[in-house]
Amino acid sequence: MTTSAAVQTTTNRLTFAAIEAGQGLNAALKQPPADALRQVAFSGLRGRGGAGFSTSLKWELAAKSAGERKYVVCNADEGEPGTFKDRVILADFADLVFEGMTIGAWVIGAAHGIVYLRAEYTYLRPHLEAVLQRRRDAGLLGSAVAGQNGFAFDIAIRMGSGAYVCGEETALIESLEGQRGEPRNRPPFPIDTGFLGNPTIVNNVETFAWVTCILAKGADWFKGLGTEKSTGHKLFSVSGDCARPGVYELPMGITVAELLEEVGGEAAKAVQIGGAAGQCVPAARFDRTIAYEDIPTGGSVIVLGPQRDLLRMSRNFLEFFLEESCGQCTPCREGIPKLLEGVELLQNGRCSMTYLEELCGLGETMQQASKCGLGQSAPNALLSIVEHFQDEILGRVVAKRPPARRERTA
Amino acid sequence: MLLTERERLREELLQLIGQIGRDRSALLPLLQEVQRKYCHISEYCMQVIADLLDIHPVEVHSVVSFYSFLDERPQGQFVIRLCRTATCDMAGKDHVARQLRNDLRIGFGQTTPDGKFSLDWANCLGMCDQGPAMLVNERIFTRVTPEKVHGILAECRQMFGAHATSSPKERQI
Repeated sequence: MTTSAAVQTTTNRLTFAAIEAGQGLNAALKQPPADALRQVAFSGLRGRGGAGFSTSLKWELAAKSAGERKYVVCNADEGEPGTFKDRVILADFADLVFEGMTIGAWVIGAAHGIVYLRAEYTYLRPHLEAVLQRRRDAGLLGSAVAGQNGFAFDIAIRMGSGAYVCGEETALIESLEGQRGEPRNRPPFPIDTGFLGNPTIVNNVETFAWVTCILAKGADWFKGLGTEKSTGHKLFSVSGDCARPGVYELPMGITVAELLEEVGGEAAKAVQIGGAAGQCVPAARFDRTIAYEDIPTGGSVIVLGPQRDLLRMSRNFLEFFLEESCGQCTPCREGIPKLLEGVELLQNGRCSMTYLEELCGLGETMQQASKCGLGQSAPNALLSIVEHFQDEILGRVVAKRPPARRERTA
Repeated sequence: MLLTERERLREELLQLIGQIGRDRSALLPLLQEVQRKYCHISEYCMQVIADLLDIHPVEVHSVVSFYSFLDERPQGQFVIRLCRTATCDMAGKDHVARQLRNDLRIGFGQTTPDGKFSLDWANCLGMCDQGPAMLVNERIFTRVTPEKVHGILAECRQMFGAHATSSPKERQI
């Protein structure tokens, strides 16, 4: 089941496929934790979940944090619309992920690892448990990892229960603690007050896998790829109107046009980058680059062909956020329904320019005033569509529908 | 509900807690296990769990109501979740949804009277490259078309006949 689902996903040539299990971990354990951390720092690796926080800085702070118990948490709550790279990584390269977690534990001095796997991926669990058991049997997890006395580390899998907001690291920790998945105020940050009040690093599945590659192939190799501020390669989940949807490993700093050429989506009128929380880039701006300094993304790329109705997509995203908002803070809870109403007005061709401007103002307030990334990014898609596609969304004339007939269910 | 049934349920929960743990962070795994076994988490279950974990029942309820994979009302033996997110929408999820409604004769958010099927929406299932995607319990189906719906349901019904482990009575506990 697991492999068949992953096999059907097209990929280009992945670095992960060329890394032998054990290479990265052995290299890491040969040096003191501080030196292993220096390698990660030199590589310039930034969080692959989308936020782009420096991995080494996070680890350094957690390493310095006082605390007997520390935790390494892998965020496998991949829920951003249009993202599926973590599913492929977990199905095909789970060893690299667990190895990256073990390296993280070595660096910060943790004995406990947790994979927070989303409920929708329950079918991957037996496979992941089997890989973990194999690693335990091989001595790569347990009381003396790889024969290293005094380094004990093991990994447990915990399941999510269907909540997008739990992909936010503090909400994820709340969920692990048996609470509603509501994001916490920050500071304090998880690096000193994380799971059960202990220092905790939370990293994306892909980030851990890259750490293993960096230790295996050297930080120089990784630093030499991508751009100065966004080093390395990144996995992109490409879907929508293109000839070859799938998971693609591409250098950071690639232009949208180059990416489209790779996946056979040259005819696109727009590309939604970063999922529901991301932005809609029009064809005229396909020269923009995908990197933390231009268009940041967790890897979701939805190609939109000439026939696609952008308002329909925008509405779909807002309905998604309406359901997934945790409802804690006012800008997000009250703002999303207002934006959704606005999109409905636009769809019915009944939105004035004045009202549209007010909506955009509301969107900007949400970006600044919401508590967590969900509310801050919920207006992004709509705002970018309003910015670039006014011709398409304004003054719609709606055809009168014929009287509805009763649905036949028999 | 008979007193003996309640006692049996309490015993089972006690056993479960013995395996999973008594602290607050064990709450979600506990609830997930109850959900898997009984297709929902009843008020009585929530009270017993609260009692055993030494927290207020409202706390347990607030957690159950937060997560979309935990249900207070009995769900069918097979919970069908159709992905409604952008790419599955672009791939034609509306047609699949219509056929599911037609074949099951229920709407989204409903359960068939025989307690076999529940129909619901899901947010992104991570199968965007091969939509429309659909979860049936833990099993994922991709590139679902209206004409494939019937076959998938028939397969479920067959499984139901062969492994009808929990009776509708048990589901109502």
